[in-house]
Amino acid sequence: MTSEDLEVIFSKYPANKKDGLLPIMQEIQETHGYLTTDLLAAVGKYLNIPANKVYGVATFYDQFRFHPRGLFHIRICRGTACHLFGASTYLNEFENQLKVKAGGTSKDRKFSLEISSCMGACESAPVVHINDTFYTKVTETELEKIIRSLKEKTE
Amino acid sequence: MATLTAIETKDFLVEKILKNYSNNFDKDTSEQLSLLKRDKVERPVLFIGMGSCGLIAGAEKTLIAVEKYLSDHHLNGEIVKVGCLGLCSAEPLLDVQLPGKARIAFHHATEEKVEDLLNAVFHHTLLQENILGQYKQGKQEEWPNIQKIEKLPYFARQHRIILRNSGFTSPYLIEDYIAHGGYKSLYKTVLNYTADKVCEIVDQSELRGRGGGGYPTGKKWLVTLGTGSDKKYLICNADESDPGAFMNRAIIEGDPHRVIEGMAIAAYAIGANDAYLYIRSDYMQSLKILENAIQQAKDYGLLGSNIFGSGFNLNIFIRQGAGAFVCGEETALISSIEGRRGMPQAKPPYPAERGLFGHPTIVNNIETLANIPTIMENGPSWFKSVGTKDSKGTKVFSIAGKSLHTGFIEIPMGITISEIVNTIAGGVKNGRKLKAVQLGGPSGVCIPVQNMETAVGYESLQEIEASIGSGGLIILDEETCMVNLSKYFMEFLQKESCGKCIPCREGTRRMLQILEKVTHRPREESTHETLERFKGVVELESLAEVIRDTSLCGLGQNAPNPVLSSLKWFRDEFEEHIFDRKCQAGVCHDLRTFFIDVAVCNGCNICQKKCPESAIIGVIKMPHFIIESECTGCGICFDSCKFNAIYFK
Repeated sequence: MTSEDLEVIFSKYPANKKDGLLPIMQEIQETHGYLTTDLLAAVGKYLNIPANKVYGVATFYDQFRFHPRGLFHIRICRGTACHLFGASTYLNEFENQLKVKAGGTSKDRKFSLEISSCMGACESAPVVHINDTFYTKVTETELEKIIRSLKEKTE
Repeated sequence: MATLTAIETKDFLVEKILKNYSNNFDKDTSEQLSLLKRDKVERPVLFIGMGSCGLIAGAEKTLIAVEKYLSDHHLNGEIVKVGCLGLCSAEPLLDVQLPGKARIAFHHATEEKVEDLLNAVFHHTLLQENILGQYKQGKQEEWPNIQKIEKLPYFARQHRIILRNSGFTSPYLIEDYIAHGGYKSLYKTVLNYTADKVCEIVDQSELRGRGGGGYPTGKKWLVTLGTGSDKKYLICNADESDPGAFMNRAIIEGDPHRVIEGMAIAAYAIGANDAYLYIRSDYMQSLKILENAIQQAKDYGLLGSNIFGSGFNLNIFIRQGAGAFVCGEETALISSIEGRRGMPQAKPPYPAERGLFGHPTIVNNIETLANIPTIMENGPSWFKSVGTKDSKGTKVFSIAGKSLHTGFIEIPMGITISEIVNTIAGGVKNGRKLKAVQLGGPSGVCIPVQNMETAVGYESLQEIEASIGSGGLIILDEETCMVNLSKYFMEFLQKESCGKCIPCREGTRRMLQILEKVTHRPREESTHETLERFKGVVELESLAEVIRDTSLCGLGQNAPNPVLSSLKWFRDEFEEHIFDRKCQAGVCHDLRTFFIDVAVCNGCNICQKKCPESAIIGVIKMPHFIIESECTGCGICFDSCKFNAIYFK
């Protein structure tokens, strides 16, 4: 992310006003994909908030990532409905088979995994969202297929 | 009749419809209006449900298929994207309205079915497949032998005030909302009523907060109105983070302008010129719809400065939540907007007196605000006529889980839970038995079968120690393990606890640990572990009491609810987990006991090689056997068996 990009985002929010912090970080994440300590320091400088406070806020919220997304960004819904239909074991499957931790990115940057507390698509539970595709009513056999095809695509 | 241009439509709608709240129109106007309302159409109109649920079910592909059909057959049709009707399990929904005919709706209209369905409609040869029903539309000719949508069991018991337009009109078009009577209340309010009067009307209507707290809305507004300050704020809380609840999403995606109108009236009533709408960041579709709706309202002069020449100014800002459950709590939400960690503050002072940036602030749930336009339109006594003695109006519930139909509904207060489950949701699917209903998400309780006849209402539910909560309703069948579900909610709350106060931070962790122990097999059978576990369950109750009494905010205070109610109604299940180490439902994986079916096992020996505990014995090419006392229930053998010879109890 260049400093010009950052300036464009900053220009939308008045300096020294703390309430711009979350929207600014959200916009940075949207453009850059994730937050870095350098970017957070720049935000702190602009809004006149100590960098440690900015970091404190950023780490409090689940939305903010500190690692780049993988080639395939996997979101697993862990809502109540998905849980009832057996999604609780799906997380382990992804973690073990794709060698990626929830909230993180695999070392080869092929996969990143995120838990969503509920996607609001409870009628299609369990739901898995990979890049732009929603997989609905995912059974265990389908899960195997999804994981296999992900592995094949990245080989 | 000549079609109006966009500017003419705007003038027509604002001058002739919106500003005329007598609803007496001359012939030309009502003719034009019926066209805008699509009561009467001059060319085929195709409506596609494009809410999040529809999109996930494949509405985008349906749309492409419909467009292709129209161009292939050289048909001059109009495509309208609508929100969700509420029957999410029937998505994608496709409605067709032919000139002179009533609007007919098809369920599960996936891309491959579009061609057949549209052929049938355009040739007037309807098959009974995929037909949901038809709408009742004044003078339009009805389709023979097709049920009315309002008569379907799912809709018959509903009373739709907030969801009146949802799934019927387009959330992308302000014209639809105004043509159906929208923004009239705002016009009437800002020109005819003082702020006091509006608060008084809302107070008289006995509307109570729909976000879970149930505090009288009018009373809250009066506090802020009476607090002297040069600046006041209104916040609409749409940070719906309960897993398994999606009412707020439904309201926004169905009828965003109703929310904006409600916010505008509320802001006028308390004297606020800046309003924030705090929406969950996961709801990308809702966000798009809202941004578009706010822009349209600005273009129509319904937001901004000097609205209708009354001198009232209002700006609405959208703020996206950043994925913290605790931000649903009003003080935490305010902290989050201010750019701080979303941690709750001690009350008092209440936000109504001292809130956002130190100014008086009203935080209302989106559903509460969506009720306001109708209350202002029809008056408080009309609103009071719906519902029960102590709970007025309607409530939107989202239904998910093991029922036949899932989606969201709006019912008058006072109907029983059994009616919701059995009549509206169609009972439990696959012929299984109903076990309980979970109401209110992680802060809510489960309601067992014996309490199903309880009426929905603030006081009536309190009698069985339940609360409406935000309105997420999960239907549980006999294959649900209540211990596992309690553990799931506790896990969620423990993760979402903001960490500010100790009872919540440490208490939820301890409760989770106790529950985790119960759902795991003890390592050592010889010790007193079973007794220790039982002691843990007994301690759960006293621990829960401390958490409830001493936590700072609603998240902590209500955190023990799911566990306590499960413990109360399903104690035998907890005991079974502890003493028999059995999970009837087969959900708690660590408690499974595996067996080998000797008739199927061919002795391939794979399971024996893989078993980490060496609990499987047998000779190659002969059926194997699992030593129950050695088995830890890891399930590796089950997963590795290629012949499905291993089963569990």
